Amino acid sequence: MKLAVASGKGGTGKSMVAANIAYVLSQTGPVTLIDCDVEEPDLHLFFTAPATTSDVTVRVPVIDEFACKQCGKCGEFCQYGALTVLPDRVLFFPELCHSCGGCTLVCPEYAIREEPRRIGMLGISSPLPTLTLITGTLDAGSPHAVPVIKEAKMQALGGHVTIIDTAPGTSCPVVEALDGCDACILVTESTPFGLHDLQLAADVAARLGIPAGIVINRSDGKDGETLRFCTDHDLEVMLTIPFDREIAAIQSRGDLLCRERPEWQKDFCALYAKCRALAGVDE
Amino acid sequence: MKVCITAQGATLESPAEDRFGRAPYFIVVESENGSFEAIKNPYADGSGGVGPKAAQVLIAHHVKALVSGQLGGNAKEVLVAAGIETYTYKAGGSVKEALDQFTRNTLVRS
Repeated sequence: MKLAVASGKGGTGKSMVAANIAYVLSQTGPVTLIDCDVEEPDLHLFFTAPATTSDVTVRVPVIDEFACKQCGKCGEFCQYGALTVLPDRVLFFPELCHSCGGCTLVCPEYAIREEPRRIGMLGISSPLPTLTLITGTLDAGSPHAVPVIKEAKMQALGGHVTIIDTAPGTSCPVVEALDGCDACILVTESTPFGLHDLQLAADVAARLGIPAGIVINRSDGKDGETLRFCTDHDLEVMLTIPFDREIAAIQSRGDLLCRERPEWQKDFCALYAKCRALAGVDE
Repeated sequence: MKVCITAQGATLESPAEDRFGRAPYFIVVESENGSFEAIKNPYADGSGGVGPKAAQVLIAHHVKALVSGQLGGNAKEVLVAAGIETYTYKAGGSVKEALDQFTRNTLVRS
């Protein structure tokens, strides 16, 4: 079972939900938790433990200036403007390169080879005996989050329950994190902003064909609009977490709700059971 | 010498365009005789990397000087490497007015 936690709007509590589900499930079996919010990963704050790190690289072209005849074919081919062919040399802009490898294929002089370029890193840790945390981190200044997310997801151990915490929004990093998941939780809050962005996120999940269910966080009890949207779009509200000072305090200390207030464990277990039902996974 | 002015339309009367890579048109004027050619920028609606691509259009047309409102870092790097001089014009006038200022040498190098 691969379960993603997404939201649309930032700050609704994705990481809180992902961390607490992972925590309760790890009490009954092995769980892999993947932080795919690679621009600002923060699950490691809930689960502090030493991590083994490795580089994430992408392949970028290197021009052999002796072999290159400035024919211009690579520059014409590159849709991203990463290669500009001048009369006497080729300019390369690594931050524009999407590592498609096309330039090496079209070069008639075989003057282009590829070399790895670091864009981020992975950290793998075991904060609990049955919990593996994989954290993808994008380097500052690197524009391509997707390869880091892809690499982080590839590290997940087969057979484990996998919980994937995505970035907010609805663009490529979210799509990449959702890709291949059996179900997803969309976390929202009872504000016009939460609802607006929930609509966008629900649309993305629907287009990807991933069954989605809703968690309303920081609920002030005035969830009418959100509930109406969910009913209209056949989205189940699987859990509602109240706007509560004590929960906020636990969260802002970097503690886990289900560890500090064990009575919440059954709610998060029930949430996961509903996700399995959404995904059509049998017990 | 060929001078390129970024423009919103295809004539000398069209408003000059502030952006370089996403300018709808490049008006390339031959300063010797005032003849001009309007080149539709194929990258005006591109998703990214349009600066270097647009610069490549100027190189292909043997442009020696560019007059535009603002230039991105990548486009600037290509233009400098290609030996194309760059001048700033953002007074909001027409291509013709930008060209006049260029000819009278009152524009600042960008």
